[in-house]
Amino acid sequence: MNRNIKYIDDFRDPATARALVARIRRDAGDAPVRLMEVCGTHTVAIARCGIRPLLSGAVTMLSGPGCPVCVTPDGYIDAAIALGRERGALLASFGDMLRVPGKSSSLEKEKGTGLEVRVVYSPLDAVALAAGLPDREVVFLGVGFETTAPAIGGAIRTAASLCLKNFSVLASVRTIPEAMGVLASDPEVRIEGFLCPAHVSVVIGTDAYRPVAQRYGIPCVVAGFEPLDILMGISMLLRQKKEGVARVENEYSRVATSAGNRRAQDMIRDVFVPCDTGWRGIGVIPGSGLRIADRYAPFDAERKFGAPVVFAREGTACRCGDVLKGKILPVDCPLFGKACVPEEPYGPCMVSSEGSCAAYYKYGDL
Amino acid sequence: MCLGVPAKILETGGGAAVIELGGVRREISVMLLDDVSVGEWVIVHAGFAIEKLSEGEAEQTLALFREIAEAEGSRDS
Repeated sequence: MNRNIKYIDDFRDPATARALVARIRRDAGDAPVRLMEVCGTHTVAIARCGIRPLLSGAVTMLSGPGCPVCVTPDGYIDAAIALGRERGALLASFGDMLRVPGKSSSLEKEKGTGLEVRVVYSPLDAVALAAGLPDREVVFLGVGFETTAPAIGGAIRTAASLCLKNFSVLASVRTIPEAMGVLASDPEVRIEGFLCPAHVSVVIGTDAYRPVAQRYGIPCVVAGFEPLDILMGISMLLRQKKEGVARVENEYSRVATSAGNRRAQDMIRDVFVPCDTGWRGIGVIPGSGLRIADRYAPFDAERKFGAPVVFAREGTACRCGDVLKGKILPVDCPLFGKACVPEEPYGPCMVSSEGSCAAYYKYGDL
Repeated sequence: MCLGVPAKILETGGGAAVIELGGVRREISVMLLDDVSVGEWVIVHAGFAIEKLSEGEAEQTLALFREIAEAEGSRDS
């Protein structure tokens, strides 16, 4: 066996999966229990493994807002395109962002007509790009949650230590517990348990969900991304519900701890400061964003180029906002599969490989 | 997007480490970890090791899974 997949295969055993499904079905009540998987990586894993139909009638899995691409406002794409078009910046981006529609275009469409966009795997690749091209302005499109924030911070600190004058970040960084608080308090959503993100939790620590569990009385379980992790997480949520308790539990103890990664948290605290920010389809959530701290202002593309990201509420038939809040399923959107398909996406949930609509469409997980 | 993959550290030095992912060797940053040694497993996200993977905790979780599988199996029989 390839040693590199040791911690993947062990968590995909079909016989154990069947046992967990049996346990979940036994613990579920008469009406399906409404659970939300907050994270887009969970959404994709649940769709790919066919977990939803396995649990039908026992558990309804709602998909949450945890796809950074999906919740980035369209004004962000417009600002990025303007930096490339009007300031001649070379844009460096994670691949997921390319097809996200802005108001009138996407990075991919613009790339076809001369906008320079490079896809990078790591924010540090963008720093290396800038170091190798001292005559070009390189702007990294820093989109992500707490998992990615330390990497973006690491890139900014590296650029600062190299005294790079031609590297900056257009930051669009959001924090998950604040969004969960908004969903937990929304009477239309009615969540009975949160399957909390694996890798956000690795950084922030599982204790970060205690306010959600305590204030709203909603059980929280941090789970890994493999099928057995997800089924075990769901089973733990149902056990809490059965016992009538709401606490934070950790299925992903092989990586996530209660306190999280202190060094990564220090990186976030050094490079960013909390701010209010808009979530595409949801609106502004107080304290749910991270902007670049003043001491790193020369690396903040918004300030460097005077190019603020404008957040506007989108007025279209697209119901990504309701999908992101778990109010409707993707199939309930009038555009799903008709005006909005992966080849010609209308809303961000159909664009991102981690978007709920794309996952439903691709895996036919209806 | 918060996908992270487990990988084994093959070499270390200067805030960086070498891992193998899908048969390709690649350098990652380990600046977010206190220390890391060759042979340890880490979770890699966007070119950074974001945490070590505890083999002991993984084994405990797998042992719990085995218990559940056995318990469910005995209910069936």
